[in-house]
Amino acid sequence: MNSGDCLLWVLYASLLALLPTVLVAIPALPIRWKRSLGFLLTVAFCLLLIVVGIHALASPALHASIPGPLTDLAWQFTLDPLSGFFLLVLGSVGFAASLHAIGYFYHGSQSKLKQVLLPYPVFVTAMVWVLLAANAYTFLVAWELMALSSTFLILVEGQDQRRQQAAYLYLLIAHIGALALFVAFALLSHGDLISNGNFQRMAQSPYSPVVANAVFGLTLLGFGAKLGLLPLHAWLPEAHPAAPSPVSALMSGAMLPVAVYGLLRIDWQILPAGAGWWGPLWLGLGLSSALFAVLYSALQTDMKRLLAYSSMENMGLILIALGLSRIFAEQALWSLAALALVAGLFQVLNHAFFKSLLFLGSGSVLHATGTLEMSHLGGLIRSMPQTAFLVLIGIFALAGLPPLNGFASEWLLLQAFLLAPSLPSGMLRAILPLAAAGVVLVTAVAAFAIVKFYGIAFLGRARSAVAKQEAGIWERASMAFLALFCVLLGVFPGRVVDSLSHITALLLHGSQIAHQSALALTPISAQRASYLPGVFLLGIALSIAVVFVLVWWRFGRSLRRAPVWSCGFAADYSAQTQDSPTGFSQPLLRIFGVSLSTLRNRQGGRNTLPVQIPDPFWKGFYLPWGRVTLWIAEGISRLQHGRITSYLLYSFLTLIVLLVFFR
Amino acid sequence: MTSLIGWRDQCFQILFVVAAAPLLAGWLQTVRALLQNRRSAGILQPYRDLFRLFHKETLIPEQSSWLFQFSPYVMFGAKIMAVAIVPIIANGLPLASAADVIALVGLLAVARIFQVLAAMDTGTAFGSYGAHREMLISALAEPALLAALFTASLLARSTSLVQIVHLSQIQLFSIHPSMVFAAIAFGFVLLVENARIPVDNPATHLELTMIHEAMVLEYSGRHLALLEWAAQLKLFLYMTIGFALFLPWGIAAKPSLTSLVIAAGLVLVKLFFAVVVLALIETLLAKKRLFRVPEFAITGFLFGVIGLLSHFMLGS
Repeated sequence: MNSGDCLLWVLYASLLALLPTVLVAIPALPIRWKRSLGFLLTVAFCLLLIVVGIHALASPALHASIPGPLTDLAWQFTLDPLSGFFLLVLGSVGFAASLHAIGYFYHGSQSKLKQVLLPYPVFVTAMVWVLLAANAYTFLVAWELMALSSTFLILVEGQDQRRQQAAYLYLLIAHIGALALFVAFALLSHGDLISNGNFQRMAQSPYSPVVANAVFGLTLLGFGAKLGLLPLHAWLPEAHPAAPSPVSALMSGAMLPVAVYGLLRIDWQILPAGAGWWGPLWLGLGLSSALFAVLYSALQTDMKRLLAYSSMENMGLILIALGLSRIFAEQALWSLAALALVAGLFQVLNHAFFKSLLFLGSGSVLHATGTLEMSHLGGLIRSMPQTAFLVLIGIFALAGLPPLNGFASEWLLLQAFLLAPSLPSGMLRAILPLAAAGVVLVTAVAAFAIVKFYGIAFLGRARSAVAKQEAGIWERASMAFLALFCVLLGVFPGRVVDSLSHITALLLHGSQIAHQSALALTPISAQRASYLPGVFLLGIALSIAVVFVLVWWRFGRSLRRAPVWSCGFAADYSAQTQDSPTGFSQPLLRIFGVSLSTLRNRQGGRNTLPVQIPDPFWKGFYLPWGRVTLWIAEGISRLQHGRITSYLLYSFLTLIVLLVFFR
Repeated sequence: MTSLIGWRDQCFQILFVVAAAPLLAGWLQTVRALLQNRRSAGILQPYRDLFRLFHKETLIPEQSSWLFQFSPYVMFGAKIMAVAIVPIIANGLPLASAADVIALVGLLAVARIFQVLAAMDTGTAFGSYGAHREMLISALAEPALLAALFTASLLARSTSLVQIVHLSQIQLFSIHPSMVFAAIAFGFVLLVENARIPVDNPATHLELTMIHEAMVLEYSGRHLALLEWAAQLKLFLYMTIGFALFLPWGIAAKPSLTSLVIAAGLVLVKLFFAVVVLALIETLLAKKRLFRVPEFAITGFLFGVIGLLSHFMLGS
């Protein structure tokens, strides 16, 4: 097969991947077959995506067009390095999530499996189409399909009121975003979506500053809603915990990056030159979202809610990197822009790996214990040692510890920030290093949040929920895959940075970072800064080994297990004396002055005061908007009061108006 | 051949620092005792403590996991790696290019997170509150630390410690106002990160105030010895990172044995005075409430910010 067919093959495969949707409808097939076949097909498809993505990262763009419903309206697709990279991200997350799903839905009933396997492959395929779309029509259809299929997936675990609300909120915000995108595309195609809808044609046509700014604002709204930018983030902490864990992993690790892809494709490739404030706006929005999200993530008590806020924080960091890159690009400092862009893309990749690892890990915890509420958990490291170890790698990566992958991208981002003095002049030069300090604060609080996640759920003693068994083999295999790559991407960051060079060349007029050796990161020059994670890892491992051997050799006597001392308070020590998740983050709560509310519950003669930390945007943003919308709707509803005479009057008036204007 | 000499210097630096770290702690205790009108236990007391702890039986809590036993080794190993990277007595060592200042901060974070996780692994109230206090305070101190380090890196146009030291050795007597502020910010961070007095009291076991001690409460025997030694190494490291950034005079640039010995002597002299200052601070200040500590850390951060801003306003 020549490489030109590559794109077509993916498209055929994406149709084939929809097969499980048909498969579950066959009543004769036993449930075991449906489950394994259904998810394994997605696994195979995701493997193909990984291969194609890697291939496309270094290949010229491919185009394909498939006749659509109208003569002028074709399904157009493009596979270039940018979509290749995001295909790779999607493939990796999808691979692990689908493997995990085989174990996760093992005990589910027939009807539940049906509920999953109907929308699940559609979700994956829709994301592939979004990434490959080359015209507005294809993009919007796929985008909508992605939103709808994921809504159904949120409702898989049950249809209680909370889940329904989450799904509804998600759908609502997704549609506000989609509407904004629709208008943005209409502006980009000069009002003719059908004949001017091709992205390449859009990129070549000129836009007035007003249109460009409008498109920028609308896409920020549209993709920002998907990214969970402030204040459109409200769906994120609701939808992620409601969905089953493999779906949460896909939503967080793959769907949020799809929105990043959209920003890059439209606001960068189609609108290469923008106003000077675009970059700072991205940076500012990203930083405020990240700070807000990381604080709220540290305050959560539900494992997946914590991770959901943390995803929002990661998206904020990515937007910071993109904004910084834009600032550099505005001043034609191309190589610096390339560095910041690479940092952002690397962060996308890392987030996909460690965040989906943690989501899958919490899925296994849910499986084993039946709860994700951290105030019931504890001590899982003894009952689920392997899961605990794999999740530990994930939290190290998320906390940005060298030599894992999360650190490498953070390092690149800080290096890019430190190059701010190259900017010609102005406020930005002085403000950017301060923004870098903000980034450091975000990552430090993120470490706090994730230590809480691990320390409370996996360490210490079990509070009330006890894990019955270790996670199944499918679940462990999927997590091991992700954990392995968290380490590999961290130890060989040079390879990652090199393979991203075609994307920076595509978006930044052919500029790219200097060639890196596989084991090192030296983005500008070795004198400027260097980071050798391999040596780092080897050095730490060697020093630990030497210390261990020496201590063992000289003083190695057998250890004795004894009851804890605990300053002598150990006599009556129940597991409840450990920090509760709320207690753990109480100092943070107090320092940052977050308001909380308590609900008094009277259960069986005992008063309980569960602490809730309401999102301030509910009261300050969503509820007022909701009231305004209701008020408008009520005003409109006065037109409808059921009398046929007035309806006839409306038709009559409409007719007259039409006759006046369109004779 | 040069590389061999480089590795010799590397080993010399590591061994020197590991051996001298308890001496630093002993000197600190002695000066504090003198200032507080007490009789000191002698400058060599930390060595005797370590010796005693290494020979004691090692207990581990009943319900702890491998993380608890593994952490002391990680903390000690990470400190050794950090010692290998920082130009303490010689500049441009073979391992120095493995990490710049940002990665060095990351390396210290590795040690910290292992300690925090090990504390939570014991499943006691003290362990977990030591853990969350430590994470909180370090989260607040880290921006201040990075702001101080960024000021130095912006001046040297490099985040590599080798380059920073090299540059300030060339321009020996030029004083940058931004660096003064950065040094103050670094001093704040040093106190916070090493659990020194306005933030934490290393000599207390008073339950309500301890942070670092709460985390190591369940350790005993050789594990405790390693942790104590690692804490001493950390203080040594922070002080020498401060020297490398702000007072780099005397760090050996040429690889010869005599220059190494001279450099080692100079480091000891610098530490001698730095410890006196630290002991004075610890004697004159009272321990702050936990909820005053953020103000302390933020003051440090503001000094770092002033350093950054003055760098841009006054020009480098």
